[in-house]
Formats: sequence, structure tokens, C-alpha cells
Amino acid sequence: MAVYFTKEHEWISVEGDTARVGITDYAQGQLGDITFVELPEAGAGVTQGKSCCVVDSVKAASDVYAPVTGTVVSGNPSLEDEPELVNTDAENAGFLWSMTLADPAQLDGLMDEAAYKEYVAGL
Amino acid sequence: MNDMNPSGWRPGMGNAGDGAPASPTFTGNRGLQLEEALIFELGRMGGCGVDFDEEAPEPMATLGQHLRAAPVALPGLSEPEAVRHYTRLSRQNYAIDLGIFPLGSCTMKHNPRLDERVARMPGFADVHPLQPQETVRGALDVINQLAFWLVELTGMHGVAMTPKAGAHGELCGLLCIRAAHEAKGDAREVVLVPESAHGTNPATAAFAGYRVESIPGTADGRVDVTAFEARLGPDVAAVMITNPNTCGLFERDLRRIADAVHAAGAYVYCDGANFNAIVGKVRPGDLGVDAMHINLHKTFSTPHGGGGPGSGPVVLSEALSPFGPLPFTAKTADGMVHLVEEEDAQTMGHAQAFGRMAAFHGQMGMFTRALAYILSHGADGLRQVAEDAVLNANYVLRSLEDVLDAPFAASGPCMHEALFSDHGLAEGFSTLDVAKGLIDEGFHPMTVYFPLVVHGAMLVEPTETESKAGLDQFVGALRSLAERARSGDEALKTAPCLAPRRRLDETLAARKPRLAWKDEAG
Repeated sequence: MAVYFTKEHEWISVEGDTARVGITDYAQGQLGDITFVELPEAGAGVTQGKSCCVVDSVKAASDVYAPVTGTVVSGNPSLEDEPELVNTDAENAGFLWSMTLADPAQLDGLMDEAAYKEYVAGL
Repeated sequence: MNDMNPSGWRPGMGNAGDGAPASPTFTGNRGLQLEEALIFELGRMGGCGVDFDEEAPEPMATLGQHLRAAPVALPGLSEPEAVRHYTRLSRQNYAIDLGIFPLGSCTMKHNPRLDERVARMPGFADVHPLQPQETVRGALDVINQLAFWLVELTGMHGVAMTPKAGAHGELCGLLCIRAAHEAKGDAREVVLVPESAHGTNPATAAFAGYRVESIPGTADGRVDVTAFEARLGPDVAAVMITNPNTCGLFERDLRRIADAVHAAGAYVYCDGANFNAIVGKVRPGDLGVDAMHINLHKTFSTPHGGGGPGSGPVVLSEALSPFGPLPFTAKTADGMVHLVEEEDAQTMGHAQAFGRMAAFHGQMGMFTRALAYILSHGADGLRQVAEDAVLNANYVLRSLEDVLDAPFAASGPCMHEALFSDHGLAEGFSTLDVAKGLIDEGFHPMTVYFPLVVHGAMLVEPTETESKAGLDQFVGALRSLAERARSGDEALKTAPCLAPRRRLDETLAARKPRLAWKDEAG
């Protein structure tokens, strides 16, 4: 299992043909208490860099961008009743959706954990 | 019935979570600070405050199966009970008539009583939109005069008076732009919006069927001209720029952007929500703007916020005017002002109108107030409005920049609003703490966490309404709160402490809202 990060503060964790996507712990900290997540629908096609999900917090409604192109397997069903999972466990149980990848080579353009940490430290 | 209040609070309980003893009074009132239960808890169900005929009228036969079988669950109050209920609630409210209302981007300013009086004159207040035109010549003349002054003040060519608020005006402007492109057989798909624009701009463009592309700003809080110029092309229908922008800054390069936009065959939409900072000083038409809405309820001081109606006329350039919506007013050869509707559009040379924004002619009550505001101020007065609004905002900015981080302080004078960030507050202290602290000081909080381009934004728009003495009070309060947040005064995190209610759990309210009263006692 490998985890990659984007400059827009999404993470994608790849295992075999599928991957899980979420926002980073840094991102949830910036957003504050999450109140609602508008998830992409199962079967929806998502395009790298394009918005496909909206996270509402007490401060703002923020777009989440697809880290890679592919097809949504499903949204995280737990978030319907417990959007706070994104706050408490952003990079695990608070994932947003799972998906299949159209082109795994797109991952090469993303950051690994060390690079992302360095990127965040520079913000 | 004591468990009916969804918050669980009852008179006499004191404030939940503040550790303070329950109110020492039997009623829960604190002196003349009055507590009030929900209206459903006050009334007797089925009670009635009106003396109806004893014999109920026969129900209409046409109601059939729709005839209500059970009584309506409405509280029955006597007239004094109902009056007191709402008067008591109003005493817990805050209003521009009580003090400064520093909400950035909202332009909450004093509504002169003269304008209110004019709006209440029966000839304006009691007209009906379906009255024959012959009976409302004066009202139509007011619309026409206001239209003239809006065009004059903005240096534009025409104006659509019907849009009902700012965002409605944005939509009207973009529909004009769409109609203009379509008339040329040019199907463009993209609208460019800078980060410093109002949040409604991208929403409007999307609603009008365009694809929105965001253009990043520069480090000094303005639009990035080169980024704009680089993105322009045959697919771009329009750009939407807020000027002055939401960072409180004047977009100095608007003329240059407009020239580039026009050269690329596109149009410039300007969000004129902040026009009060430049009225009488700058004519947007001279800057190359093709369409701009004016929030009458902001710049021309008509009551808004908490339910007052808006009004968002859109001034249009010569290129867009032919596509403006119906109806509109026009003075004809007989010297009378007429409302031009569909049947007259052709003969009045307005056959290309894209349609209508509203059923009727617009917000009459706002028109009368706005015209009274313009005429009573005069040219010198309107210029002073802009000067005082800008002066007051700069006074706030410069009075506080040593205790609050002002990210664009070096970008020159601000316009109508002063923008601060949460940088420099002690660890664990946030913009929200400062805002809640203002409630304890007896002020309405400023706009918080907007614009998004600034971390923990605090946006203060004092408007021209405030005197120096009033500003000094406000600045003094905000300075004291900023110092408490910088030094890590833990008590600030529990603010407000002196308001009728303590800090609300906004997260819980958003996650599990309870919006309707339920008779849980059965």
C-alpha cells in the first residue's frame, strides 16, 4: 500500500486496483469542524484536478479535487451520520471515497509523505 | 411542558455550562433583561385572541376532502401577549439603530429617516403592480428618475431596474452577456473570476450555464493582470471582477484588463456591491465595465439584513443595453413615463431583450428610498459618502494594525473595509474568539473567515455612518480583545460571558439542526 499527496491537501492510498481518497489531517485542521460532506456518487467518473466532492465546515464549503482520474466505487457511507470522522481520523476512517484508477502513472506526479510534510512546513 | 425548548434551557436555569449559579430570580429575568419562552410554550393550544362570531361559518363546499379535520396546532395568544412576545425578543436583537454594525461586505449603514418617510407616502407605499399605468404616473416617474441617476453616476448607457438583489443583478448581467454573444452566433463557455471576487460571482456564472475558471490573485490582494491576459481566448465569454474587491482594495488595473477582455471579444462584469466606496469619484463606465449591479440596499441606504428586501439594478454599456430585460420605463413624446412591456418592445426599439427577471417593475419601496437618498445628498453629499466611508475604514485599519495582522496594509490605503488576519494571536486563539468577545463589548461582530484568501479573516466595514467618537469606542474594544487574544487570556475563549446566551455549539447546530418545534409532551 502506497500513499500519495496533492498540493490541494488530498491523500490517495492505493492498494492493488483500487484506492481510497481523503483530505489530509492538515486540511481538516484548517477547515475546522466538518458539518457535512457531499460525496461523489458510485460509478461517477472523476478527472484529476477537477472538483468532485464538497466538504462543509463551520468556516467554509470547500471543493475536494480528484488526485487522479478514475471511477468512483463508493462514497464513505459512515460520513453520512458522522462527518466528524474527517476531523478525528482524516487519513484513515475519515476517507471520502474509494475509486479505481484509469492511469496509475498519474501517481508519479504526486508527492510522497515526506515531500508533503516538507510542502506543508513551507506554508 | 418544561422540556419543550429544544435547547433544554428554561427560565431560572442560568446559562448552561458557565458554571454560574442559576438565576437568582424566580422568573429567570435579570433586571430588565427579559427572558422569553418559545411562543408555543406561551399560548394555550386552541386559544384565540380574537372575538369571532360564535357561529362558525359554513365551510366552503369546494374544499371537499381538503377540509381540515383536526384543529391547527397554533398557539393561542391574546393581542398584548403576542405584542410583548415579539417586543421582548426584539430587545435581545442588535440593529444598526443601536450601534455600529461592522459586517464587512454587507454595508450596514444608517437609513436616513427622510428616505423612510418618503417611502411611506401613500402614493408610493400603497400602489399595486397591476394598477393601470395612468394611476401610477408618479411612481413610474420615480423609477425613471432613479434610472437616470444610476446611469449618470456610473457613466453607463442603460439600466435594468427589475433585479431584486445583488446576485439577481449578477444573473441579469450575465444573461445580457449571453444574449449579446448569441446574437453574434458566438457560443462561448467560460467565465473568469478572480479569487478576490465576491462568492456569489462564480455561483452566478455557473447558474447562467458557464464554466467558471478561478484566476489567482497577487500577493498584494489584487487581481493578477498577466494571469488574466494569458487566459483570455475565444472561449471566454466574460470576466467578473469585484471593485473595490473583497480585500477592501481598489482594482487599479481594471481599465487595462477591460481593454484586453474587449480585444478578446468578451465582456466585463463588475460586481458593484462595494460601489459606496467610489460613488461620485469613479464612473465604472470609464473603466470599460459592460455590466454592473448596484445594491441599492447598500450604497443607497435602504434597510437590509435580517429580512429587508434587496434591490439590484444593473447598469449596462452601450453594447449590452439592447439586451436588457423587460419591463423598463421610458419617457415618450407625450412627456409621460411609460412602462415598456413585451407588446411595445418592438416599437420602442428594444426587440432584443433577453426576457424578464421579475414579474413586475422591481422593488418600489427601495426605489423611493434610493432616489430620496441620492437627491437629498446631492453631488457633494454622495462624494462625501465615499470619502467618509474610505476614511473610516482606513482609520480602523491604521488604528489596529499594531495589534492585528493586516495582510494588505502595505498595499496602500484600503477602500470601504479593513481586513485583518488571525496571524499573531496566541496558540489556540482564533478569529472566532475575537468575534465573540465583541458581543460582550456590546457590538455586532465583524465578518469572519471571509474572504477565504486570508487566514482567519476579520473584515470590518464601518461605513460612513460612524462618527470618530463611535469609531474610537469600537476600535478601543477591538484593540482590547486583540491584546487579550495575543496574550492568551483564557477567559476570552468562553466569550460571550455577558450576553443572554453563552457561546453556542455551532458545529452541533450545523450537524444536527432542529428546525421545527415538536409538541413532545403530546
